[in-house]
Amino acid sequence: MTTQNTNSLRNGPDEHGRFGIYGGRFVAETLMPLILDLEKEYRAAKADPAYAAELQDLAVHYTGRPSPLYFAERLTEHLGGAKVWLKREELNHTGSHKINNCLGQILLARRMGKTRVIAETGAGQHGVATATVCAKFDLPCTIFMGATDVERQMPNVLRMKMLGAEVRPVTAGAGTLKDAMNEALRDWVTNVDSTYYLIGTAAGPHPYPEMVRDFQSVIGTELKEQFRQAEGKLPDAVVACVGGGSNAIGTFHAFLDDPEVAIYGAEAGGHGIEVENGHAASMTGGRPGVLHGNRTYLLQDSDGQILEGHSISAGLDYPGVGPEHSWLHDTKRVTYVPITDKEALDAFQLLTRTEGIIPALESAHGLAQVVKLAPTMGKDQSVVLCLSGRGDKDVESVGKYLGLLK
Amino acid sequence: MTTRIDARFAQCKAENRPAFVTYVMGGDPDLATSQAILNALPQAGADVIELGLPFSDPMADGVVIQMAAQRALAQGQTLLGVLGMVEEFRRKDDTTPIVMMGYYNPIYSFGVERFIAAAREAGVDGLIIVDLPAEEDDELCIPALKAGLNFIRLTTPTTDDRRLPVVLENTSGFVYYVSMTGITGAAIKSRAAVGEAVQRIKSHTDLPVAVGFGIKTAEDAEEIGKYSDGVVVGTVLVDAVAKTLVDGKATDKTVAAVRDLVADIAAGVMRARG
Repeated sequence: MTTQNTNSLRNGPDEHGRFGIYGGRFVAETLMPLILDLEKEYRAAKADPAYAAELQDLAVHYTGRPSPLYFAERLTEHLGGAKVWLKREELNHTGSHKINNCLGQILLARRMGKTRVIAETGAGQHGVATATVCAKFDLPCTIFMGATDVERQMPNVLRMKMLGAEVRPVTAGAGTLKDAMNEALRDWVTNVDSTYYLIGTAAGPHPYPEMVRDFQSVIGTELKEQFRQAEGKLPDAVVACVGGGSNAIGTFHAFLDDPEVAIYGAEAGGHGIEVENGHAASMTGGRPGVLHGNRTYLLQDSDGQILEGHSISAGLDYPGVGPEHSWLHDTKRVTYVPITDKEALDAFQLLTRTEGIIPALESAHGLAQVVKLAPTMGKDQSVVLCLSGRGDKDVESVGKYLGLLK
Repeated sequence: MTTRIDARFAQCKAENRPAFVTYVMGGDPDLATSQAILNALPQAGADVIELGLPFSDPMADGVVIQMAAQRALAQGQTLLGVLGMVEEFRRKDDTTPIVMMGYYNPIYSFGVERFIAAAREAGVDGLIIVDLPAEEDDELCIPALKAGLNFIRLTTPTTDDRRLPVVLENTSGFVYYVSMTGITGAAIKSRAAVGEAVQRIKSHTDLPVAVGFGIKTAEDAEEIGKYSDGVVVGTVLVDAVAKTLVDGKATDKTVAAVRDLVADIAAGVMRARG
């Protein structure tokens, strides 16, 4: 990336919902009028000071924003290089960054007069956040979750049920996030009049990638200001994990036009990028295709059939990625790297033991990249990780892996 | 340019009856059986054939068609395999139109220009690509039309009068009206509403309007055929395949089951105009 760039990297998408060749509106005709309507409503809401004020008030008093920027002193000492900072999104209400987007969208759903909400979820963090805002705003909601994920993320399933949501396990395919999204789309096509589809990541048909990014951009905007106050400059690197990529794009967006800031996205490398269908690193190990409403990097076979992929982290176990990431990958503004299951598990334990913070397995992928990166940087430099979620939901599956459970 | 689709709808109109459009999944439950089913369709009463291109993630389809796609893919079916079926069909039938129906990614992966050439060569007449709305016409629709393929668009109950001209602009062959907001295999809620919708579409276009989704019996076909230019039946035919399978494999009943059901529903279509 050259500094003499006159065009900002923060202007996307274009009027067709494209980031370069990525994005778009690849949906069935039944849904087309709805997403056009949603786009119109979103533009109107964005221009409405009352909407912004209500969202801001909820961010402060309901979510607990701003989330702290924390200097991880012991982790820094342990790694012996750059200062490591954590943007504490895991301290938000519901335990992850997902609430930022859910509040923005539930206010939109209310403006549009929708009476029912549906959502897909992988790790259950988005499902919990959706169930939470639906409880608060008194709207019935149905959460689609792959049957495999229901099993490995039971605490979140219980939370959703307690919050009043109906959780529908999806058995098709491998029973993970992709299958949950297919099923949510089927429900939406069937119940178009009443239903708002609250997509949890910065992917899907336009305007979702833009809208979700905007709601999550609070992460990077806060981080930039907090870091400036703490250190009087910009960080040298920012890192986030990438599944669909909502916490990552929310973290990165504020820094896209600051070429002195290196940006890293950690994809799910699973059993290793060389293992066929053994990872969920769509950019490192896939190629462009069209699925779930957008063109983006996808894990697919030679005939264009979508692969299931694999990750120990349910939230990253998705064969695609948000279209803006695909574009940032092609333009090389962001460096995307695969992190294996094992590297993520090691990072999970490291943070737990050095800082007393149990990260979500998703965030542990970003952390593993920090573990690799920090020692290669100078002690006067800084790297900031978006700690997107807390790991309470993962203690059982990690406990099994570590042999703490029978 | 008159295509096989144009000619067939004109012929049906001249005979004062709706066209019977049948959908089967290409390669379900295996290539040989699927080819036998395809070859038997015209004789059994099908006027137009929609041949499903299997996809791993059929977002607009119900479980019956999803399972059929999975069976076809498990047997190694590919885009080239489906085109090969059309080529084989064309050796004996040069008049029955074949519309390839599916999702965009396998075509995008294959390469749009290469696909169009191969489809023309094989004898495909038209395309229905579920996840390519009018907003994405530059992707495949425009190049396909230029090459002489028909691009058949789905219109739905959510396609209002304001939007219909946008949807119809690059539609050719026929208009496929989806009788409901929902996925394939669900039930029609109101036949009267379908009739009104067909009239509404016809006020915007001279193209024939076929109705699909939720038509399961000869009686359904007879009713819907009263006020449409075509009746599309898919899920029940695919289900007929599924019901004859033993351990997921074709039996000697498989081809006959589809052929008999097509003949039965075709009789309903013929009765539509009394």
